[in-house]
Amino acid sequence: MTGASTPFLRVEGVRKSFFGVTVLHDVSFAVEAGKALGLVGENGSGKSTSMNILGGVIQPEAGSMFLGGEAYAPADPKQAAAAGVAFIHQELNLFHNLTVEENLFVDAFPRRGVLPLIDRRAIRASTEEVLAEVDLQVKPSTLVAKLSQGERQLVEIAKAVSRNARLIIFDEPTTSLTRPEVERLFAIIERLKQRGIAIIYISHALEDVISVCETITVLRDGHLAGTAPKDDLTLQQIIAMMVGRSIDTIYPQRLRSGGGDRIFSVSGLSQPGVAENVSFDIRQGEIVGLSGLMGSGRSELARMIFGLDPFRRGVITINGKPLNDPTPRSAMDAGIAFLTEDRRGEGLLMDFTVSENTVLASLRSVAGALGILDKRAISRVSLDMASAMRLSTDRVDDTQVKHLSGGNQQKVVIGKWLRRQPVLFILDEPTRGIDVGAKQEVYRIINGLVERGSAVLLISSEIEELMGLSDRILALSRGEMVGSFDSKPFDREAIMAAAAGVGKLEAAE
Amino acid sequence: MTAVPPAHIAQSAIPRSGMGRLLKLVLSEYFILVLCLLYVAGIYPFVPEILTWGVWSNILGDMMPLLVVAIGQTFVLIVAGIDLSITAIISMAAVVGASVMTGTGGYLSGSAAAVPIAILVMLLVGVGIGFINGMSIVWLNMPSFIVTLATRMFFAGAAIWFVTFHSTSSSIADLPRSFSNFSTGSFSGIPYTVLVVGMIAVVAHVFLSRTRYGRWIYAVGANPKAARVSGIPVERTIMMAFLISGACASVAAMIYAARMQTGSPIAGENILLDVIGAVVIGGTSLFGGKGKIIWTVFGVLFLVILDTSMKLLGASLFAIYIIKGSVILLAAMMDTLRNRILAER
Repeated sequence: MTGASTPFLRVEGVRKSFFGVTVLHDVSFAVEAGKALGLVGENGSGKSTSMNILGGVIQPEAGSMFLGGEAYAPADPKQAAAAGVAFIHQELNLFHNLTVEENLFVDAFPRRGVLPLIDRRAIRASTEEVLAEVDLQVKPSTLVAKLSQGERQLVEIAKAVSRNARLIIFDEPTTSLTRPEVERLFAIIERLKQRGIAIIYISHALEDVISVCETITVLRDGHLAGTAPKDDLTLQQIIAMMVGRSIDTIYPQRLRSGGGDRIFSVSGLSQPGVAENVSFDIRQGEIVGLSGLMGSGRSELARMIFGLDPFRRGVITINGKPLNDPTPRSAMDAGIAFLTEDRRGEGLLMDFTVSENTVLASLRSVAGALGILDKRAISRVSLDMASAMRLSTDRVDDTQVKHLSGGNQQKVVIGKWLRRQPVLFILDEPTRGIDVGAKQEVYRIINGLVERGSAVLLISSEIEELMGLSDRILALSRGEMVGSFDSKPFDREAIMAAAAGVGKLEAAE
Repeated sequence: MTAVPPAHIAQSAIPRSGMGRLLKLVLSEYFILVLCLLYVAGIYPFVPEILTWGVWSNILGDMMPLLVVAIGQTFVLIVAGIDLSITAIISMAAVVGASVMTGTGGYLSGSAAAVPIAILVMLLVGVGIGFINGMSIVWLNMPSFIVTLATRMFFAGAAIWFVTFHSTSSSIADLPRSFSNFSTGSFSGIPYTVLVVGMIAVVAHVFLSRTRYGRWIYAVGANPKAARVSGIPVERTIMMAFLISGACASVAAMIYAARMQTGSPIAGENILLDVIGAVVIGGTSLFGGKGKIIWTVFGVLFLVILDTSMKLLGASLFAIYIIKGSVILLAAMMDTLRNRILAER
């Protein structure tokens, strides 16, 4: 093993271009054994390309890499794996219909002697061993389908460990985990470090990067923007390095009136196990942030209001009228719009064009007699949407949304709802998985929306985002409303404590 | 930067050469029509009759019942369902309709209202079975494959049983002349069947491509969750597709019954796979969200040309099956290749 001072992985002056466009310019970074390197940057900054080079998916045009002191130039992913480089991807590569042990050994089943039969006893024993190492208490014979997202990730890590990985690369590992699962993941990463495994940790969640990594490398537009020990960097500095400008401008200023009419209210909303007597209201032109851990019921609350999930008791009032037994249609007719947290699964029809998606929630407005659609009107309103949202393309009729970047896709979702001029716009994680530049544009759009008198219910896991945009923040914990924070500046600690379910009394001002 | 070039750059990159034009043709939605023409050209030296008026009026006549059922099936496939009960609907509608209007012991035998009421009853049978299918799928959340497999068995049997109450033979004959006229008569040279099915095709096309309901169908087939969030009544949309499929099958039942002057419980018994095959060859996806009526028209045309030419060749039944199977496989392979090229562009 290498000493603590010489890096285990060294990447030097790596360059790569596609179709004549250079996407990585002389990028260098290094990780020591037993340490974690955080790799951050906006979408398109070169993170994925760097990782594809490390994983042997593509080969660099210039530069060199060293792994454990030896030259490292994987020609394909197999060679990278053989050299001890393992990836834990955002979307896990597990077979849900197979058991944990089968997943661990699926490409290397030990045989019983010469017979073409799997040696079940051998794989069970070694599976139990690696599961213990990642602190996952499930039977090796459990189906992966029955595991939670966090547990599945641990299975992936166990797989890497069982292959004697010496460098493990985590790509956005926390996006679909609950907070306790995140804590558990971090503990496991700590343990991996103690075993001398080097870690590269890639994430948009900068606070996670700061808490996991010793060193942070920032990429911007394919260039190395800087590398520094985490203690020398503040969150603001990292963001400034990522976007190449100061953070002050990230949350745009807005004229806050805050004194509009009470336009939306929920009272006594209850559903066993999900929501417990939840009541709140929102004024016209107001952004109300909803803070809570994953599993606190914040997305479920939004889904109940929009009629996607059932609830047992409670009254929803919008514009002074009760919304009884909401369905998505009746909620929409009452003036509610809903951006779901799952953009690809629920927000958009990925294979459809920008125009088709734009008018999907407002078909009646572009239909004439007998419900016949006016194609020219569809093109026109979609083009209007594209320019209002500053979309990257104006070929709205023949660009499929799957070809757009995450930020542009999100703009299409927002644009689709804005066409209905919503009274209340529920935004569930509106900036998830989109880069800082696009986030800023989304914020600008949200501000414009409230300035024109809509009310917004904003759900976000990013406390900075909530504090930067909201007029008021509500904290939700285990389905209960545990705090309401009006005063500016927001008390970050108090909000987080309330959302974590501690300090209820102090929080409920 | 992720290396995905913007769509519009790739689209203009096709060379204007002969190769490029060929590629464009293969990639166009008229590909199956082109395949039909190529096939006719290829088979012409062996069966020159294929280019005679008589053969083509036969082809047209054979196409109509298949086409109308295939149109219904297209709706169902686009919502990511499948309707296996179509042939049973044809049987059931044919015998029930026949029992109303037959001259020997029909419910309305001899009455002037017999034929119109029989037509109405046939439509009701189709829509009714479609409703049962739709209900089971939407309310009980069952897969359409198993639901329609079950209703197919049930109504295929029920149709035969039904006949036993109305006739001593295995079918209900003696249908009124005014009804069988539907298959033989014509309006200024155009057979009634072609007129009716043609109108259904045009309405179906407009409905799918130009109305809100059409958009609902595509959206639900592509992603029911996203459709629901966009306020589309997902259940109603799926139900609508199965009702349409049932109604279309009823129209096919009318064509078959008129042609045979008999309500037979085995009318159209063998067309199920031809219908699904034709729709899929046309380019409609079995996974939903994609399909067009015009594609279905081409798919049915292709299949019927194939059938007719084989019969003209005097090929034996097994040879027809073998050739049909290989040609369909070939067409499907070309379609897959074509989709791959399209996806890479």
